[in-house]
Amino acid sequence: MSILVDKSTRVVVQGITGREGAFHAARCKEYGTTVVGGVTPGKGGTTHDGFPVWNTVVEAAAQEGANCSLIFVPPSAAADAIMEAAATGIPVIVCITEGVPATDMVRVREFLASTGSRLIGPNCPGVITPGQAKVGIMPGHIHREGPVGVVSRSGTLTYEVVHQLTGRAIGQSTCVGIGGDPVAGTSFVDALRLFNDDPETRAVMLIGEIGGTAEEEAAAFVKAHMQKPVIGHVAGMTAPPGRRMGHAGAIIAGGKGTAAEKVKAMETAGMHVCRSPAEMGAVVERVLRAC
Amino acid sequence: MKIHEYQAKAILGEGGVPVPAGEVADTPAAARAVAERLGGRVVVKAQVHAGGRGKAGGIKIADDPGGAEAAARAILGMRLKTPQTPPEGIEVRKVLVEEASSVARELYLSVTLDRARASHVVMASEAGGMEIEEVAVRHPEKIIREWAHPALGLQDFQARRVAFGLGLAGEQFKQGIGLIRNLFRLYLAKDCSLAEINPLVVTTDGRVLALDAKLNFDDNALYRHADVAALRDIHEEDPLDVEASKFNLNYIKLTGNVGCMVNGAGLAMATMDIIKLAGGEPANFLDVGGGASAEQIENAFRILSSDPSVKAVFINIFGGILRCDRLAEGMIAAVKKLGLRLPVVVRMEGTNVELGKKMLAESGLSLVTAEDMADGARKAVALARRVQSS
Repeated sequence: MSILVDKSTRVVVQGITGREGAFHAARCKEYGTTVVGGVTPGKGGTTHDGFPVWNTVVEAAAQEGANCSLIFVPPSAAADAIMEAAATGIPVIVCITEGVPATDMVRVREFLASTGSRLIGPNCPGVITPGQAKVGIMPGHIHREGPVGVVSRSGTLTYEVVHQLTGRAIGQSTCVGIGGDPVAGTSFVDALRLFNDDPETRAVMLIGEIGGTAEEEAAAFVKAHMQKPVIGHVAGMTAPPGRRMGHAGAIIAGGKGTAAEKVKAMETAGMHVCRSPAEMGAVVERVLRAC
Repeated sequence: MKIHEYQAKAILGEGGVPVPAGEVADTPAAARAVAERLGGRVVVKAQVHAGGRGKAGGIKIADDPGGAEAAARAILGMRLKTPQTPPEGIEVRKVLVEEASSVARELYLSVTLDRARASHVVMASEAGGMEIEEVAVRHPEKIIREWAHPALGLQDFQARRVAFGLGLAGEQFKQGIGLIRNLFRLYLAKDCSLAEINPLVVTTDGRVLALDAKLNFDDNALYRHADVAALRDIHEEDPLDVEASKFNLNYIKLTGNVGCMVNGAGLAMATMDIIKLAGGEPANFLDVGGGASAEQIENAFRILSSDPSVKAVFINIFGGILRCDRLAEGMIAAVKKLGLRLPVVVRMEGTNVELGKKMLAESGLSLVTAEDMADGARKAVALARRVQSS
């Protein structure tokens, strides 16, 4: 088992005729993911790099049974693309697009609440279940099948921890990048809940960063519900207040969202906190041995 | 993005949120002219992107046009230092000259995004003039919150609850609900991340006014607000930040001496952290982005090297979309063009790492290679220390 994506995942790529969309559709397919084709309104009926192209997500779902969407459209079209996939009944929607306005995401979240769809992202690297399906932009080859669930707000920092894990022969059940925006489809708590219910996940590595209160909420969930060890790291302990550290969500505002507060919440909840980003793999190894 | 108070007040005024009569001036003579047009007592306010101006001497009251001119002469050109500015302060280039209001009550009103609830929230308090964080800590019961419906927005009953909560009555109540509704509408329409009026005042002659105003905007939405984007004042930003933004590089200058160049915001923060853990201080945050080109790498390296406080550079790249060979290509081009005046430590991993390492090795450049993040940070911190003390 795993969470969110597996061998049965059939991906439609929204924005497949764009540079990024075409490139990553091919990389996902190379990894072994079933990519059924793509959607670009107005280019239906054509093919792009060997992938069939439809005008609407409905056609992709009806003709090829698409059950997962991977979105690469520009920021101005992202909210609409997400809602189109959700309205079609696509259960898992992964939005890679960076730079979606927060007000758009507030409306999208409301729209999604009336559907059964789960959104991952936006502004995220996507989801990978090693050996089964890669739905995102992460380098597939650094991953390995195994027992550790990984959930993170950051892209390359996730690659870093995966690299450290794989280097110690510790595989991953599923790695989920929930994205660095202030309003996202999936929270740490959502991902933890899924990992908690996944029998193959033995431990979870959670990589947070400064800004907002998502890490504190995750810590509260761990304390109340998690039946598996959770290792936490918070990036940005050296970040100055009031400055947005790349991610729209990574900002210490009004004295809130500091790394120190988050680390304290994690420790209070009984999580294993790893302070150095270079030692995440080592800490996970130690925790796995002990459990 | 932040804008100046005078710009925010112009937007509020147009949007139906009453503000005191006033105009911006960039010379003492112009300030005098504004005061003459306004008549009576005026307030002369330094226009910088930072709060705490009053205590720092950036706000003065003048009884007549001559006084306004003198106040503007004192404020214009000064380097205003407040807890929110860089240590060296910000040079004041403009002042806002406004009619002085006779204040009966000071209130607080703002609209912002509640991340945890994924909705916009109107916050208000009768304890105006204070920092809202302070009110939240000392008197949490004094903060009124109304969460707007994510799709339908703020309802009239909510605006009424806020206005009643602020103790407004009669004519002021009517003005208040109009102001609250207009502020929310404007916040949404302009894609603000924060619209804050502190203080919102009731004047002794019964008017409800935004005495101060702060509008921050969602950078991600600026593409659809050319009018707002045009209000950017690059004088308020570090010159290196401005230079970096031209090349779509995410750069923030900090105070240490180890320059760092990283791909991805999370890894960039982690790299800053590990420099600190290695006993050093990062000179900057620099995210070259997921899909940086060789040209961007070159520009990033140039910007890093042009900061005189940088004594060593740590490049930490985990190649995903950004392939290691592309990084190597950019690095080699940059060093050939700019020379290598500082020690550079390179750690790379991920896509095409072998090719990238081979390119760097064959380039003949004397770069220090690192095994992993911790090793790279240790080496960069040690080198920076050696250069600093030599």
